[in-house]
Amino acid sequence: MAIMNVNPTRMMLSKLKKQLVTAVRGHKMLKDKRDELMRQFLELIKETRELREKIEKELSASNDHFVNASAVMSKQALDASLMSPKQQIMLEVDSHNVMSVEIPKFSSVARTNDKGDIFPYGFAFTSFELDDAVMSLEKLLPDMIRLAEIEKSCELMSAEIEKTRRRVNSLEHVMIPRYQETIKYIAMKLEENDRSSRTRLMKVKDMLLDKAHNYSANN
Amino acid sequence: MAKNIAVIGDNESIKGFSAVGLDIYPCDTPEEASGLLRRLGDSDNYAVIFLTEEVFDLTEKERSRYEERLTPAIIPIPGVKCNSGAGIKRLSSFVEKAVGSDIIFND
Repeated sequence: MAIMNVNPTRMMLSKLKKQLVTAVRGHKMLKDKRDELMRQFLELIKETRELREKIEKELSASNDHFVNASAVMSKQALDASLMSPKQQIMLEVDSHNVMSVEIPKFSSVARTNDKGDIFPYGFAFTSFELDDAVMSLEKLLPDMIRLAEIEKSCELMSAEIEKTRRRVNSLEHVMIPRYQETIKYIAMKLEENDRSSRTRLMKVKDMLLDKAHNYSANN
Repeated sequence: MAKNIAVIGDNESIKGFSAVGLDIYPCDTPEEASGLLRRLGDSDNYAVIFLTEEVFDLTEKERSRYEERLTPAIIPIPGVKCNSGAGIKRLSSFVEKAVGSDIIFND
């Protein structure tokens, strides 16, 4: 592991030590965040999968009804009967925060509360297959809104997990080892300087003693 | 703020949704679909945009613009013609992105 390009001074050493402590703490917190996000994500994705499978099955059933309806009615009549809808669904968008990820929450509001308003046509000239098709869609709608909500949450969470995972890995395998190596390098360098200046002082002391008193440390 | 729900796809697949209160936008060509998606996505009137899987597969570039945003949520649904499995594939890609490999859908 490459060490950082820094001056081996005491000031730098204490600065790096502080940074290492921060990095270790950040690493621990990010790891916790990743684990918790992952737990929630896996729960959510299981629910999404079940809901999606159910919706896909029921939608294709409702599509079958439509195909049957268009078989017994003319295309114009079918289009005309669906042309001016009475019902309108509005969504209130709320968001809540899961581990710093904003995920959406939808609550639906219908324009009218009358159950019959999903049929924008008179029953006299339309096929009962059309009624079935519209009714099955109506039944499916709350599930579809829920699916949109949790699928979007999965999308946002998976992006956040990926980001967090990268951060954790870079801290764990790059930043922290680099700090540790650099701290070790500076510590050793300082000790080395210490030793070299100590031997130099001893040598100078010997020389001074020799000069002043003709006294040599060796004899 | 109250927003609506839109459905984009071929006319056959989506006309039923208008009855239950969603806004439908029929389109037949890929260019039309991308233009529509861009217009609806940027208009900020829609919280959810359902796409038929056909359209979903054709508009990858446009969809990526809305990935990071809270709304609109762009969700694939099967159309009349086929069920290509794009929805499940999308979920599997989320798992792959989050976990590193697909541990849920690979059975």
